[in-house]
Amino acid sequence: MAFKRLIDFKKIPAFFAAFMLLGTNLLMAQTATAAEPAKPGVDWLNVGYYVLLFLLLCVSVAIIGKILKVYDLTQQIQGKKGINWNNAMGVVCILFLIVGGVGAWWEFAVQGAMSLPEAASKHGVKIDDMFWTTTVITFIVFVITQVLLFTFLFRYRHSEKRRAYFLPHNNTIEKVWTIIPAIVLTVLVIFGFFTWQEVENTTNTKGDINIDITGHQFAWYLRYPGPDGILGKKNFRLIGGGNDLGIDYKDPNSFDDLKADTLVLPVNKSIRINIFAQDVIHSVYMPHFRVQQNAVPGLPTFFKFTPTITTAEMQRKVEDPKFEYLLYCNKICGATHYSMQKVVRVVTQGEYNQWIAKQKPYLTYQLRQELKLAAAEDQKKSISQNRLALNN
Amino acid sequence: MSTAAVHDHGVVHHEEGHEHHHDTFLTKYVFSQDHKMIAKQFLITGITMAVIAMLLSVLFRIQLAYPESKFPLLETLLGRFAPEGRLDPEFYLSLVTIHGTIMVFFVLTAGLSGTFSNLLIPLQVGSRDMASPFVNMLSYWFFFTACVIMISSFFVQKGPAGAGWTVYPPLSALPTAMNGSGLGMTLWLISMICFVGSSLMGGINYVSTVLNMRTKGMDLWKMPLTIWAFFLTAVLGVLSFPVLVAGVVLLIFDRSFGTSFYLSDIVVKGQVMPYEGGSPILFQHLFWFLGHPEVYIVIMPAMGISSEVMSVNSRKPIFGYHAMVYSLIGITVLSFIVWGHHMFITGMNPFLGGVFMITTLIIAVPSAVKTFNWLATLWRGNIRFTPAMLFAIGMVSFFISGGLTGIFLGNAALDINLHDTYFVVAHFHLVMGSAAIFGMLAGVYHWFPKMFRRMMDERLGYLHFWLTFIGAYLVFFPMHFMGLDGVPRRYYAFTEFASMQRWLSVNMFITWAAIMSACAQVAFLYNFIHSIFWGKAYGAKPVGRQYTGVDGTYRAYARQLARRDTNRLPLAVRLQQAGGRRRLYTANNSFFTNNEFKPSA
Repeated sequence: MAFKRLIDFKKIPAFFAAFMLLGTNLLMAQTATAAEPAKPGVDWLNVGYYVLLFLLLCVSVAIIGKILKVYDLTQQIQGKKGINWNNAMGVVCILFLIVGGVGAWWEFAVQGAMSLPEAASKHGVKIDDMFWTTTVITFIVFVITQVLLFTFLFRYRHSEKRRAYFLPHNNTIEKVWTIIPAIVLTVLVIFGFFTWQEVENTTNTKGDINIDITGHQFAWYLRYPGPDGILGKKNFRLIGGGNDLGIDYKDPNSFDDLKADTLVLPVNKSIRINIFAQDVIHSVYMPHFRVQQNAVPGLPTFFKFTPTITTAEMQRKVEDPKFEYLLYCNKICGATHYSMQKVVRVVTQGEYNQWIAKQKPYLTYQLRQELKLAAAEDQKKSISQNRLALNN
Repeated sequence: MSTAAVHDHGVVHHEEGHEHHHDTFLTKYVFSQDHKMIAKQFLITGITMAVIAMLLSVLFRIQLAYPESKFPLLETLLGRFAPEGRLDPEFYLSLVTIHGTIMVFFVLTAGLSGTFSNLLIPLQVGSRDMASPFVNMLSYWFFFTACVIMISSFFVQKGPAGAGWTVYPPLSALPTAMNGSGLGMTLWLISMICFVGSSLMGGINYVSTVLNMRTKGMDLWKMPLTIWAFFLTAVLGVLSFPVLVAGVVLLIFDRSFGTSFYLSDIVVKGQVMPYEGGSPILFQHLFWFLGHPEVYIVIMPAMGISSEVMSVNSRKPIFGYHAMVYSLIGITVLSFIVWGHHMFITGMNPFLGGVFMITTLIIAVPSAVKTFNWLATLWRGNIRFTPAMLFAIGMVSFFISGGLTGIFLGNAALDINLHDTYFVVAHFHLVMGSAAIFGMLAGVYHWFPKMFRRMMDERLGYLHFWLTFIGAYLVFFPMHFMGLDGVPRRYYAFTEFASMQRWLSVNMFITWAAIMSACAQVAFLYNFIHSIFWGKAYGAKPVGRQYTGVDGTYRAYARQLARRDTNRLPLAVRLQQAGGRRRLYTANNSFFTNNEFKPSA
């Protein structure tokens, strides 16, 4: 009995309050002295505080449980019915539906507004149409089924007065709810299939700007074609000694290929990216353009898209002067996977021409001497002439 | 189990396997060949692994919420994996990998199928034990070995495997690419081979027991939905797991013997490798040929258990039994031809992507049928909210929420933008993670008396359910929106990108919700362990509730027969069903000669 008296109901909250106060004080003291150099080792006081807090939580749950049990037993002794847990659960179900519904709506309103940035590419708009169609359909189904589920639980909670209705099957209604989803999904499949076929058409047509993107641990290499518009061959065995990409300089097309630090794209031009990886699988992901394609070692992949909004326009739209489109890695690739990125800048055609004129070719003068390429000087001349021609 | 106890409980418990010889501790509890003991072994090992995997998830959730803070405690606990109290980026990836592996394979495949197939198949089809009790025992011990090997990888120099639970080569194949691809990866692969061995032995046993050892009168169309689910799950496992072994063995060859099945054109850290001619996509095909059926291996037993539990506790037969079985069969067949939807943007031929999109979206039809039938089962029922019932309902709710987002991800065009983002994380954690765990917990609460002859505490069960249910929604619902904004999964920290930093407060919220859900599991663990030893004895009818824990369909039907309440059915159906059921009840099987049924006999 002495032990039972110790767990006196008045003392517990008092002890709890004191503990909270003390604990909070200690914690406050910690943060105040945080400016000092960090002490090595674990702050056991802090850890102990959380462990004790957790234990207290368990004890209070146990106490509440005991109180309920005592209440239940006394009610039973007095010949009354105790707490009807079944009804209580039914009520909690309907409460969950209401509170959960409001919460879900709040999330849609607040976090939904934060997500799905405006599509900045031609096919991105189509994907978004598809997305919103699917969202509307699934949202309707979501609301109907969840509301039915939880209202049934509340409405048909156990009662002595009622008997369950014997209903083993009803073929008509089962056919209805097989056929309706089938029809809706057929529509979505057809819609999706054609969008997919259109987006994934990566045939190299005239006028496409081909750009090489090569992933490696943990950065991206870019390669633009020179004035000839053709990218030279590559071979992974040639990598090393300054030739990071393994460009095959026996191929004349590679002489004018340009090196770049930023992925600069002209607006409203069809871009075809050729994606490579050197070591492990990476993934080229540009969420604003709705572009994603894995970079697989030994298997070149492609993606074709047309950016429609320049960086400057987008900065005005999102009211953030620092906004930049980004390309980042979206396939687990190792330690610093989480920071493997490249800035993407969409500019007008004029700006693009100016920018590309400033880029240096991979084949430097020095490299040319080393490789003893014939007619090196001639090549250089013709490249600069071509570029002038392009700018005009 | 003393004779006295058996007397106390009348005919409900039946220990046929143990009548003729004395069991030593070793043969009864350790190398047991009794399906019920093996089920308990699977359950307890599964729960242990689930707790480990849950703690791992709390560790990486803390990292995601407080990427800049230092927790000296972590250094004390993890040593070199958390220098100065911050997780090492590669160890973060290892945590994610092992969390996924343990949850998918060790908890939701072995822990779920292993427990309930073993426990319920002999009981509900009316056979004495499994077709091969010895193989059944081996199945558990292979599983146990796999667990030990997997956990032991935390104690090797470079840490456990870290290439994600899908272990895509070349990352997993090149020991120089990351720490997690060293010895830890080898252990992962060996553990997986043991695991597949266990799963195959279990699966063959389940299939042969269901096909050959049903009691008199029980044809396939009279089997409970649980048995249908376990049976089809076992079929899926037997057909798809060998493909994983093939994939894993080739990966071991690539790692250890210098072959190039998956490797080509590789330069790691400036060093040109000799591999040529392989394809990383090949591994993805092999992996997902198992991997997709695997998610149905995970969810189908949960569906079966929920059907049973909901039917019992709403005091109605399951609505549309035949439709439920056909939809399970439909899911089983379709699940073999949809694996490519994991690979829409991995470099697979885009035409194939279109085909896989069609098959993937078709699978939504049987899933929808199942959902509507569950709702119809609840309609006009007389619902008792046992903890098992609540978990079954939670399973349905999660299945709806997570299943609907599958329509986005199965659509190849939408997948371009959503692939490998948090949208995917949210989707599969709801539809196969939470839903399957809830199905499993429903089974644990429902059949706990059958397993341990004691009752679990109901109120702790209520507490456990609501905290976990709300917690899981709080954790996974916001992740959809992060994913739509292009936040990728498997990122160590969201500090490097301005667009992701604004999600930091949401990440903190998710972490605290996860910690709350983790704490709620203490209620379950306490309840589970305490009730095994000191729970209320099950035998005399518990107050206010008639609990048999078995076979709601038949029981509800037997009640209808008893009340002569069948005149709502057409005469032909009535005659046919009454005949069939009566044969079933009078079959010489103690399991069905429960007290409940006597009035109808």
